[in-house]
Amino acid sequence: MIAADQIERVFRAEYGRAVAALIRRIGDIDLVEESVQDAFAIALERWPVAGVPPSPAGWIITTARNRAIDRLRRAALPLVIDDDPHVELEEGVVPNERLRLIFTCCHPALAPDAQVALTLRLLGGLTTAEIAHAFFVPEATMAQRLVRAKAKIRDAHIPYRVPAADDLAPRLRTVLAVLYLIFNEGYIASGGGELSRADLCVEAIRLGRLVHELLSDEPEVMGLLALMLLLESRRGARTNGQGELVPLGEQDRAQWDRDLIAEGHALVRRCLARDEPGPYQIQAAINAVHADAATAADTAWPQIVALYDQLLAIAPSPIAALNRAVAVAEVAGPEAALAIVDALAVDDYYLFHAIRADLLLRLGRDADAAYAAAIARTENARERAYLERRQRRRSSPR
Amino acid sequence: MPHYALSIYQPDAQPPSAEQLAPVMRKMNALIEDAKAQRVWVFNGGLHRPSTASVVRNQRGEVVTTDGPYVEGKEHIGGFLIVDVPDLDAALQWARRLVDGLSTPDFPDGLPVEVRPFAHVGPPR
Repeated sequence: MIAADQIERVFRAEYGRAVAALIRRIGDIDLVEESVQDAFAIALERWPVAGVPPSPAGWIITTARNRAIDRLRRAALPLVIDDDPHVELEEGVVPNERLRLIFTCCHPALAPDAQVALTLRLLGGLTTAEIAHAFFVPEATMAQRLVRAKAKIRDAHIPYRVPAADDLAPRLRTVLAVLYLIFNEGYIASGGGELSRADLCVEAIRLGRLVHELLSDEPEVMGLLALMLLLESRRGARTNGQGELVPLGEQDRAQWDRDLIAEGHALVRRCLARDEPGPYQIQAAINAVHADAATAADTAWPQIVALYDQLLAIAPSPIAALNRAVAVAEVAGPEAALAIVDALAVDDYYLFHAIRADLLLRLGRDADAAYAAAIARTENARERAYLERRQRRRSSPR
Repeated sequence: MPHYALSIYQPDAQPPSAEQLAPVMRKMNALIEDAKAQRVWVFNGGLHRPSTASVVRNQRGEVVTTDGPYVEGKEHIGGFLIVDVPDLDAALQWARRLVDGLSTPDFPDGLPVEVRPFAHVGPPR
């Protein structure tokens, strides 16, 4: 007997594969989506009785294709499906289809928020309501965003194609940026009460694995996947029993997920062997150094400072400079770190103020205004609660 | 195949001198010749300044003509190229060449180009 949640798992894993396999042949994205949903509805009825077919993905694709033909016939629309289903829809060719679709969803001609929404919708199989909820946007707004993006793909003839070699690097950067945006949105929610929305992180990692599987030789793809795995490994330790945020230095490292760390480490080692460093690879390496330390005190801070130096050399950003300052505080003391922080102009970023406050506190100076500035700039309730606890703690002996 | 209008946006400020424009014109001519050779070219042209425009509109049943332009802005469409290509990526490639051709040592940033698909060509469908 097969349970509905098993079919739900197949749905999550195979939805994108089925949509990708059909979209280039049928053209109409909405028709493809409706047909794939039909196919899963049929599976929900049939599989518990007849058993799961040997190739669930192949079954879903063939059934969805037949449903699409039915729908076109009923609407008396011309049949524009140009393939031999028995040859073309074999699973072997499908991964390329998903890669094509991810490049379409992340096409630079689409707005970044549309890229994210389309990727989650078409490749992740998330419903419009789920995406809207994840991004704190009214469902009608998200629906509108998706409708507009799909219309642009259709009307502007955005192709379903892996870009040519001379265009691959910038296009891949957009794809990776979309995946990291999805991951980050899940890791630290930009608003609301939950610190992290695990589903978005899981989805970003799933898509990261997919891109890695299809472009296994791209070092930045390895780097991003490693980075996400290493960050995800700390999920359980990032909050305590009361749901409060626990900073890296105070986390119970026994709670870190060793399997994810091992997988992340293996990818970082492959990146090092490749020696074509990029921003994601270096950030992954930094997190690998943290993962290597048995206790916070064992952290190889000089190595982390050196990695941030490398990151700033190839991708300068005030955020990276700020994070480097945190490592500098451990190597050269809070005074040196504060001098670096004070020279940065990132007033609207809450971590700038939170890190300043921490450094001021360590120097025995007044950190009240800095904490207040940090609290005023975070929309995440748990982050805010953490900062408020830190601010209160300042008055009691440490 | 789909048609795209590649519109060149130009600031309303005084245009560069003919001398400054000479290298741009050479690159533009080469690009147009190439587009024709590849059977991608449909039409191209450069427009006079917006102050030369007239506006015709229907005002309560009477068609009247006034001084233009219709929309006042900081930029205007200075010219355009219409191409007939398989998809947006191909149109964007031509737009990139156009942008590249529009930049000179005096104007390293050149001018932006808007790429917009035609809904139909010829009589409305």
